[in-house]
Amino acid sequence: MAAPTGALWRRLLRSAAVRRLCGTAAAEEPERAVVNVVFVDSAGRRVEARGRVGDNVLQLARECGVPIEGACEASLACSTCHVYVSAPHLEHLPPPCEREEDLLDTAPQLRVESRLCCQLTLLPPLEGAVFTLPRVTRNFYVDGHVPKGH
Amino acid sequence: MAAPARVGLRRWLSSRAPAPRICVVGSGPAGFYTAQHILKHHDLAQVDIYEKLPVPFGLVRFGVAPDHPEVKNVINTFTHTARSDRCAYYGNVTVGRDVTVGELQQAYHAVVLSYGAEDNRVLGIPGENLSGVYSARAFVGWYNGLPENRDLKPDLSCETALILGHGNVALDIARILLSPLDFLRKTDITDCSLAALACSKVKRVWLAGRRGPLQVAFTIKELREMINLPGTQPVLNPADFTGLENAVKDAPRPRKRLTELMIKTALEKHREKAVMAQAAVPRQWGLKFQRSPQEVLPTADGMRVRGVRMALTRLEGSGDSAKAVPTGDMEELECGLVLSSIGYRSLPLDPAVPFDTQHSIIPNNLGRVMGVPGLYCSGWVKRGPVGVIITTMNDSFDTAQSVLEDLQEGVLDVSVSKEGFGAVGSILRSRGIRPVSFSEWEKIDAAEVARGKAAGKPREKIVDPQEMLQLIGH
Repeated sequence: MAAPTGALWRRLLRSAAVRRLCGTAAAEEPERAVVNVVFVDSAGRRVEARGRVGDNVLQLARECGVPIEGACEASLACSTCHVYVSAPHLEHLPPPCEREEDLLDTAPQLRVESRLCCQLTLLPPLEGAVFTLPRVTRNFYVDGHVPKGH
Repeated sequence: MAAPARVGLRRWLSSRAPAPRICVVGSGPAGFYTAQHILKHHDLAQVDIYEKLPVPFGLVRFGVAPDHPEVKNVINTFTHTARSDRCAYYGNVTVGRDVTVGELQQAYHAVVLSYGAEDNRVLGIPGENLSGVYSARAFVGWYNGLPENRDLKPDLSCETALILGHGNVALDIARILLSPLDFLRKTDITDCSLAALACSKVKRVWLAGRRGPLQVAFTIKELREMINLPGTQPVLNPADFTGLENAVKDAPRPRKRLTELMIKTALEKHREKAVMAQAAVPRQWGLKFQRSPQEVLPTADGMRVRGVRMALTRLEGSGDSAKAVPTGDMEELECGLVLSSIGYRSLPLDPAVPFDTQHSIIPNNLGRVMGVPGLYCSGWVKRGPVGVIITTMNDSFDTAQSVLEDLQEGVLDVSVSKEGFGAVGSILRSRGIRPVSFSEWEKIDAAEVARGKAAGKPREKIVDPQEMLQLIGH
């Protein structure tokens, strides 16, 4: 029997845009400038995050509930934290080390703008940067909405 | 709608729905990532993970090389999942023997098969069963403490080893055979293997593949590690790479970078060799291409391997689909140790589960087992035995997605409540099987870590399942 509550739930939430503002910039730290970035998960949901210069991008994402995995815990031994960096901001990042390049070679749907976000640190020129998760698996919305037609 | 009200409404709605009970068979990355995704996206689902060994984590524990500890960090993610309220681990339960898939299907709303590939492909050539010939799978299991391979006792008294295959497993074995002992001493390699490697006479390792440099399956990180291995010299024949720089000009980045590294190494090392004395470097490894093993040749007494007769091949077609065709020419390669690294292979688990014997996988569509509602699969048993952590992670999330969709759409009928371990536990008891819980695994874990401490190792793996069970009072 299909759950009627499920259908009700989907109707209630479908129109609700999910916009979360979170991050590590809550505490007062005047010596570290705020950097606002956006994460877009594989379901297309945007999460706005306020970090500070020096913050690790993977850590910031996870603190904001963005579903990025970090299997090897930032030790450059996997590619599960693979993201696409918005084009204008890509050039402001220090280039990847050889090991990051080698691991990117194992990431599905590799693009020119691909980076492993455990290797990225917030800098002022990254203000407004958008980090997008690759759409490798089918989408599943946190609220239970399942898009049809996959 | 404001966030607090949404959460409240959601909780109220959730509390009206019955809790789905899901069973996962296999506690390696596929099993754990599938469980993780279901638990995260369903507030009520309870997931039980079954494992045939007392200890969890599958290939992360038994496949990843001892000198790659960072890859094993993912165990922390899996431990977090196992410790969650709605997840339970049951080790020492062999599905298909101690409990059938049918019995699991009666006890759970959905069953996910994530039991991986416990066997290997065979060469199918004469002499394959001679002493001194091992499957890569067994050799890796041996140095990683997999109980079924603990008595392998590979003979490392020869100078030359031949590994058949050009994948990462082949490179792992070459690296373990040639690594300076000091590199291995502080890893979780088993004591027994370390002792055997300390007495090893192996100083030359060839990796031979049927096809060419453009078809190698290993990845650049592992190749670079091998090239840079202290105390060793790569032996790559520049003639094998003629014209390839041009051939990969427009290839996808991974193939291009990998080929360029091989070319660079072949040319550099060739120049160096002409200048330096070879005596300076005690150990060598090299890649041989377009060689297809035809027969393992025996020693005069017929007991052990003394070499392998190889057919030289040419390539028909190009890229991944290139085929190796024998030219008629043969070559004999002298060696005392042969490791066949031509692929892992899954085995059928239970007559109730369809199995594609040609591809050695469970036939499925998006992780839904064909023709068996309520049965799913993830990982190597679903896709075939290739891929690294990210591949299995994405694949497992995909299968979990199918389960979640089927729960959402009512394809899985959760209005009928299921007993889960309540039923399975009784079945196991009646058959004299006592499962190992996750906290019991943590006792075994603590014992291994304590034993390793004295030797400066992250752990000293216990390789005897009986010893593991005794340790926890079973």
